Amino acid sequence: MVGLLGFGLTLDPKKIPSPLIGKPAPEFSLNMLYAPNEMLSKKDFLGQVWVLNVWASWCVSCRAEHVFITDLASRNLVKIVGLDYKDQPEDARRWLKQFGNPYSASLMDIDGRVGIDWGVYGVPETFVIGKDGNIKYKHIGPVTKESLEKEVIPAIKALLG
Amino acid sequence: MRQWRLSLIMGLLAFSGLCVASVESYQFKSPQMEAEYNQLIGELRCLVCQNQNLSGSNADLAKDLRRQTHELLMEGNSPDQIADYMVARYGDFVLYRPPLQNNTLLLWLGPFVLLLVVIVLVFVKMRKKQVLVAPEQAAMEKAKQLLSEPQEK
Repeated sequence: MVGLLGFGLTLDPKKIPSPLIGKPAPEFSLNMLYAPNEMLSKKDFLGQVWVLNVWASWCVSCRAEHVFITDLASRNLVKIVGLDYKDQPEDARRWLKQFGNPYSASLMDIDGRVGIDWGVYGVPETFVIGKDGNIKYKHIGPVTKESLEKEVIPAIKALLG
Repeated sequence: MRQWRLSLIMGLLAFSGLCVASVESYQFKSPQMEAEYNQLIGELRCLVCQNQNLSGSNADLAKDLRRQTHELLMEGNSPDQIADYMVARYGDFVLYRPPLQNNTLLLWLGPFVLLLVVIVLVFVKMRKKQVLVAPEQAAMEKAKQLLSEPQEK
């Protein structure tokens, strides 16, 4: 009993496991941050391994993880798509200009509806999606140096095969 | 010196606003739908303020999920379908009442099993006490008897 409770103390209740792991990524169709009249949807990414990084200009820990997302982008392993969550496009563009843009494409989820479909409950969150369009891995909270090397990159590499 | 106390109170108040009750008023197609809405937001957890339901939380996500619940009801979905919708996206944790299934059996039955174990333990201990008491009582009886006999000269 004490052992069980003790084990429980090591768990983080803020990290809610996603029921979408192994399931198809939700359908979406969103306007692009830098080309507001154009849209991208799920089918545009089928057949390749890619990463979706959910972020916002108002999110403080997104600032902290940005250097690691940029690092990931520099490895040229996969495309990283930014999902700008519940944000103002102007603020998002300004943020990327100031801190650098690691994304192959940036999509706007202004009302957060796509976020709900992906089970987003806090930013930042990062998803790795396989060639079949299924979500293979989700990282909750800011990506750190350790989680980048030990979790995210291995997850990507396992899919690249 | 009063300054820090004031700042502390102000700080606490500032944070408390994030997780306090909701106030939007939605239109519904019927009183029944409104009742279903209120029940749903009472039983769905706010994943940001995890000890609160959607009804009581002012977190942004809670507002969004309340809006989503309302929309889904207006589109003709049943409360069960809406619960399934939320679980499909957020997992069982989004339900305040976890479903009774294999992986939650321990959660549901655990307390009763524990209670049973405790009752059995107490019972066993009490029986041990009775078993010990019997020889003691016999000894007490003997002692009384001896003491009440007139002394031999």
